[in-house]
Amino acid sequence: MNSFGYEIWLAMVTCFAAVFTQNILLTTFLGMCPFTSVSREVKTAAGLGGAVVFVMTCTTAINYWAYKLLIYLDLEFFRFILFIIIIAAFVQFVEMVIDRYSPKLYQSLGIFLPLITVNCAILGASLFMVIREYHFIQTIGYGFGAGLGWMLAILAMAGIRTRLNESRVPEGLRGPGITLIIAGLMALAFIGFTGVLS
Amino acid sequence: MVIDFLLTVLIISSIGAALALVLVLCEKYVVNYGPCKVTINNERELDIQGGSPLLTVLRDEKIFIPSACGGRGTCGVCKCIIKTGGGPVLPTETPFLTKEEQAADVRLSCQVKVRNDIDIEIPEELFNIREYETVCTEIEELTYDMRRFRFELKEPPMIKFTAGQFIQLLCPKYKGSSEEVYRAYSIASDPQQNNFIDLIIRLVPNGICTTWCFDYLKEGDAVKLNGPYGDFRLSDSDAPMIFVAGGSGMAPFVSILSEMQNTNSTRRARYFFGGNTTKDLCMAEEMKAFEDVLEGFEFIPVVATPEEGSNWTGEVGLVTEAVQRAYPDLSGYEGYLCGSPGMIDAAAKVFTGLGMSEDKIYYDKFA
Repeated sequence: MNSFGYEIWLAMVTCFAAVFTQNILLTTFLGMCPFTSVSREVKTAAGLGGAVVFVMTCTTAINYWAYKLLIYLDLEFFRFILFIIIIAAFVQFVEMVIDRYSPKLYQSLGIFLPLITVNCAILGASLFMVIREYHFIQTIGYGFGAGLGWMLAILAMAGIRTRLNESRVPEGLRGPGITLIIAGLMALAFIGFTGVLS
Repeated sequence: MVIDFLLTVLIISSIGAALALVLVLCEKYVVNYGPCKVTINNERELDIQGGSPLLTVLRDEKIFIPSACGGRGTCGVCKCIIKTGGGPVLPTETPFLTKEEQAADVRLSCQVKVRNDIDIEIPEELFNIREYETVCTEIEELTYDMRRFRFELKEPPMIKFTAGQFIQLLCPKYKGSSEEVYRAYSIASDPQQNNFIDLIIRLVPNGICTTWCFDYLKEGDAVKLNGPYGDFRLSDSDAPMIFVAGGSGMAPFVSILSEMQNTNSTRRARYFFGGNTTKDLCMAEEMKAFEDVLEGFEFIPVVATPEEGSNWTGEVGLVTEAVQRAYPDLSGYEGYLCGSPGMIDAAAKVFTGLGMSEDKIYYDKFA
């Protein structure tokens, strides 16, 4: 296999791993705040999930080159601040573009986009990319996979919570309480995927 | 060491500045829609700068589409027909538009941004809605949280309105609000007195406009109003009427009762006025005066929970309960309601429960 083909293969494996075995939400518990608060309906969860996939893929790719620049300047320790600034600026930019070219998408997604800026899973993905020393193509695969994994988890949670509306949950556990317990059970289930990739 | 430190700061700030520059450029080129043309009823054309909601664009051109919420997309009043150039219907509009309206290109003008040339249709009578320069000449305490404001018209000096209609008041920028907002208030004065307008305003905690009226507006200040709007008015029939309103919902009824006095109406009307305590009751003397002149009119204040020692001898409980006590059967009556959506829905339910037909219930909902 030539080296480019190998890179693509690696990116696909990383993407698969990010969705299932290293799900950013269920194994590292990042992005819990929107996960518990925006998972009441499948439709809104899908909207937020879609926005996360898009922003995460793009910001990890941009941050990859930004980090290269920081290494060149000997300023790696500034990565936290730089990543945050880039994520915020990117979200702003995306908001403007969507408002201009697809007002309908903007209205249905618009509320979630600013929320994403403060979603720690986005920053987390950029930092994991640095720690795990991914190459560029692998980074794209990872960013996309991590976003997809997050979306999968919030969609599953929203599906479960719509079912929960009809079941009798003890009063003290209603709301965030039962949500966290379910998240824990889902995390346990995802451990089952760990053996898939060795 | 110091140089390293400064260099670091410089590099990071320049990266930040570069990103900010990119955003500013984007704003200039992406969000800029350039000049657009608005065609109204195929006859009038406006050349404007794109990017703002249609409602604001028209308001700047002195065409006033009625809106009770001031453009926040919560009242659904500012409907107009957009024939071309409005883009797809937005999720924020769908709750206010029926299927038939959507098919007929009806849109909420506060939600549609002008992004290109558009072609709209609005009722001719909206051209009669004017902006009035006024001066606040009198502020009167009615209760601890309600005041009556009198605005004398300067330019144009006269207004023609129907009893029951409302106007919009422009609340300027002040400490509590970084932008100008419009809020709707019912007119509480005699339609024959066309050189001034009275408004009854109740203080809403943290309300932008009411706070301004109560804490900042002084006698002698200039205020801008526009209107009149709305189709809340007396029907042309002779059917006996029940009015229900509490608090500042009294405003349109003061105007309606004045109109009845002007026309020497003998139509039967009972006004149930609800308050939580006796402190909420007001304008008793004015209502007494109406009772003396109008032979068919009766004013019935109802207090939910009278304070101890207040010697309250009138009706006690909710307004709707008082109506139920007084009228076992309301078929043949007309109902007039003014107040919050919750209160109106509750009262309308009681009315229909007592046999009043639904199309005989007229209301003015606060948004």
